[in-house]
Amino acid sequence: SARQLCFAWGPAEVLVCETRFGRRGGCPSGAGSGSGRARLPGALTGCVAGTGEGAPSSSRLFVVRRDQDIYIQTLRKLFNESHGIFVGLQRSEAEPAGTSRKAQLVQVSKNYRSVIRACMEDMHQAAISARDPALQSQYSTQVSILSAMELIWNLCEILFIEAAAAGPLLLRLLDWVRLHVCDVDSMVREVLSSENPSKHELFWNVVDIFVLQGRMDEARHLLSKEASANPTSLNMYKILDDLMKKMPVPSLGNTQTLTEMELKWQHWHEECQRYLQDGTFASNSHMESICKILLGDEDAILEKKELMTTWYHFLVTRLLYSHPTVKPMELRFYAQACMDVFLGGESSPEPLDTILMAAFEFEMHQVIKECSIALSNWWFVAHLTDLLDHCKLLQSHNLYFGSNMREFLLLEYASGLFSHHSLWQLGVDYFDHCPEYGRVYLELHIERIPLSTEQKALKVLRICEQRQMHAQVRSICKIMAMKALRNNRLGSALSWSIRAKDAAFATLISDRFLKDYCERGCFSDLDLIDNLGPSMLLSDRLTFLGKYREFHRLYGEKRFPEAARLLLMLMTAHIAPCSFWMTLLTDALPLLEQKEVIFSAEQTYELMRCLEDLTAAKSDKQKLQDDAETMKVEMLRLALARNLARVIVEEGTLEGS
Amino acid sequence: AMEDVCAKFVSQKISKARWRPLPAAALQPPDVFATGSWDNEDNRISIWSVGDLGNVGLNGEYQGEPQLLCDIRHNGDVMDMQFLDQERIVVASSTGTVTVLRHHQNNQTLSANQRWEKAHYHVDQDSCCGGAACTGVICNNPEIVTVGEDGRINQFRADQKEAVRTINNADSSTLHAVTFLRTTEILTVNSIGQLKIWDLRQQRNEPSQIFSLTGDRVPLHCVDRHPNQQHIVATGGQDGMLSIWDIRQDTMPVSLLNAHEAEMWEVHFHPSSPDHLFTCSEDGSLWHWDTSRDIAEKPSFLHQGGRSTTYLSHNTINQSIVSAWLSNDPTKDRMEITNLIPNQTLSVNSLDILGPCLVYGTDAEAIYVNRQLF
Repeated sequence: SARQLCFAWGPAEVLVCETRFGRRGGCPSGAGSGSGRARLPGALTGCVAGTGEGAPSSSRLFVVRRDQDIYIQTLRKLFNESHGIFVGLQRSEAEPAGTSRKAQLVQVSKNYRSVIRACMEDMHQAAISARDPALQSQYSTQVSILSAMELIWNLCEILFIEAAAAGPLLLRLLDWVRLHVCDVDSMVREVLSSENPSKHELFWNVVDIFVLQGRMDEARHLLSKEASANPTSLNMYKILDDLMKKMPVPSLGNTQTLTEMELKWQHWHEECQRYLQDGTFASNSHMESICKILLGDEDAILEKKELMTTWYHFLVTRLLYSHPTVKPMELRFYAQACMDVFLGGESSPEPLDTILMAAFEFEMHQVIKECSIALSNWWFVAHLTDLLDHCKLLQSHNLYFGSNMREFLLLEYASGLFSHHSLWQLGVDYFDHCPEYGRVYLELHIERIPLSTEQKALKVLRICEQRQMHAQVRSICKIMAMKALRNNRLGSALSWSIRAKDAAFATLISDRFLKDYCERGCFSDLDLIDNLGPSMLLSDRLTFLGKYREFHRLYGEKRFPEAARLLLMLMTAHIAPCSFWMTLLTDALPLLEQKEVIFSAEQTYELMRCLEDLTAAKSDKQKLQDDAETMKVEMLRLALARNLARVIVEEGTLEGS
Repeated sequence: AMEDVCAKFVSQKISKARWRPLPAAALQPPDVFATGSWDNEDNRISIWSVGDLGNVGLNGEYQGEPQLLCDIRHNGDVMDMQFLDQERIVVASSTGTVTVLRHHQNNQTLSANQRWEKAHYHVDQDSCCGGAACTGVICNNPEIVTVGEDGRINQFRADQKEAVRTINNADSSTLHAVTFLRTTEILTVNSIGQLKIWDLRQQRNEPSQIFSLTGDRVPLHCVDRHPNQQHIVATGGQDGMLSIWDIRQDTMPVSLLNAHEAEMWEVHFHPSSPDHLFTCSEDGSLWHWDTSRDIAEKPSFLHQGGRSTTYLSHNTINQSIVSAWLSNDPTKDRMEITNLIPNQTLSVNSLDILGPCLVYGTDAEAIYVNRQLF
């Protein structure tokens, strides 16, 4: 069709709309260049869904989010708890490298996984208790996604982070399979809890499960029950039990070399072979099949396909009974072969299969890439990549757009957090640990946090101040000062501009105070103005405000000479704005009218000069059109002259005496 | 001991946490607390229980995490919260509304009992918007006093629809917190570093006394009064400084103690062992300030467990025992301070302490309970 799409990029979301324009058309005005605020994260909280009924107009707007999972309530636990682990990992950087470092990183990996598991547990509970079937299936989907995430992470932990060597590698993979193949757990529980397990129809299935997972002790325990019920075939049981007991396993420590292990294995394998060939188990198909499994017979193992459920279980079982000392680099061949055989061309590999295969192939970047595509969140890849990077496994890989993959993924994840109305605080620490672009991202995002209360503003401000983000500090304070001003809270407005050291704004507010004073004849917010302290020096006008108020206080306390000196100083030192001189001179009037003389001769001359300067400056521009003002000037001149006369007499008397 | 701390992630940023007060004759430690959230699209007041006996292990140690008893939606951020009595909670909202909630313990529900819409407001109370955040609330049943960003002080009575008294423009800057000094006197702190005493009996709309920090007027965010010696007041500031004031004498603090690196959001004297003080901060730390050591003549009540009523009931606390808080000289290392949170990240917004139990809530959406603090 001729319809075109139009995009507008937001910090964490994309606006998409259809346009009427053809291929050559531009972006329609309005949609593409809409006001910046409208497409901010907080403003758009839900996806605007179109009806999709082939409507021709482009009246619908779609919000495309980069990270859908950020909005899932139950996952907030995952985001918050993993944030703590992430920050801890970044802080641990300074500690010395070495073998303890590896143990430390494995522990971090385990911590991440335990958070995933805890979250899975919560989600599972939520699924059980949910009444709404839609909600229930939504939770169940989340459980399976989390479970897949943990499965992948665990494999990466074994192969990349712990980098288990031949021998221990197999033991780790066995643990991995036991932990994650839980489909058969209910069957195991059912049989074990039955009154007489050996009579249960699924008895042999459970024995097989144990054998396939290498859980020999449990398998033998079950078998012993069966044996005691069948005294006739006791010998056969004993032989099988003995074989299972003797099976050599790689050791975790350095107690045996790989060669020793392989030698033992060879002996044991030959023994099993002998028993199978001389028909020891011929009378019991179950036991015969177990013996074949012990020998690593592919067909015998594949017969139990349903009990393994996945190709990677099959892989580990095959390795256990055919190649127990498999080396990490050999894994890829077995993995590919096992997957091909297991899926048997019936089904094509799913994303999870591809991801696990990439891991077995030690293609770390491929794992991350596939996960980024398959998962609906950035959490997983961001944290896994960061951890791998701390293991120094991703050093050489730089992306063509500048920063490396770790940083790229962390930026994506943190941007998603910032698009959330509440999780934005977590994003800050992630940006902090992105050396290349983190700062810029933080600056752009932090300015878009809605400042609903002063307390929230203080929290945002603290983030900016700690990082010396001066422009953002100023902008936040200005927003808050403007808000306060709109609400007629001059005191609050002034505190905010003082905090930002915003001289221009402090001047603006001081003028409002002075204007209020001129209109009402008294000061508002004395508690603030009287307590300006050193912050008074922020702007000239603020200094004047503070000093002028001080004059009123001195006057109120009848400390006239000090008041007079201060008043004069405000004009002669040009602290007072010229527009205010008339008010100041008028304030001098009552002092001039006091019974005793307050202004000295010299001070009176200065006052006169101030008055003349003022009237001269005024008459230059406009005639004194205001009668009241003219009268005020006349009154002042009179008072000044009278004061001068009094002071000459008084000073003359003093000199004479 | 840190291992006694139990954490629960609750998927909402916690702005307030308060223990439900114990009945007068109670001997057991508190087991129910309330939390309030902020900065959510959907904020909530929640009631939690930690006292489930089924969760107590063999050695009597506490194991289970807090269990949600009930919750209710709250319009706006929860700015402050106080229990009025065993059943009622007063909640201050960023919308300026003050609500009294009742916790029905028989069927575990919460309901609004009384509401003062826009008790705090800018310019016009009746317009659709214009509510100003109510930043602080303090109760002394049935009295309720609230303060807000509008610089207003309201006095309510729990069962009365109309405000008993309102002081408009009580402060030209933002009032951050309030507490009772005596039954008729309150203390407020504001954003220009002032501590003010207001006598509610006086009709004058002016504070009866103003105390002030010197130098830069660093905003004060929280205030608490010594439970036994009413002249000793502690405040916490934007720079994380703890100030101790003796309101009988100086207009400046007696001592300034530095521990936090960012805003101190709350300060609490231990209600029954006031030699101990607890503060929490935006920097993610929670400090325990202990002056009980090194003062030989003073008996210790901490290890008796539960409440130390002996200390309170006898009026022997006079000049013979100089308060550790006032005589304290930080340079002599007489005060022991411990950070109770080793791996701090996001802000600890609120804490409450009652008996041997501590509860606190964070911006990392977790609540923590320590039931064996002493």
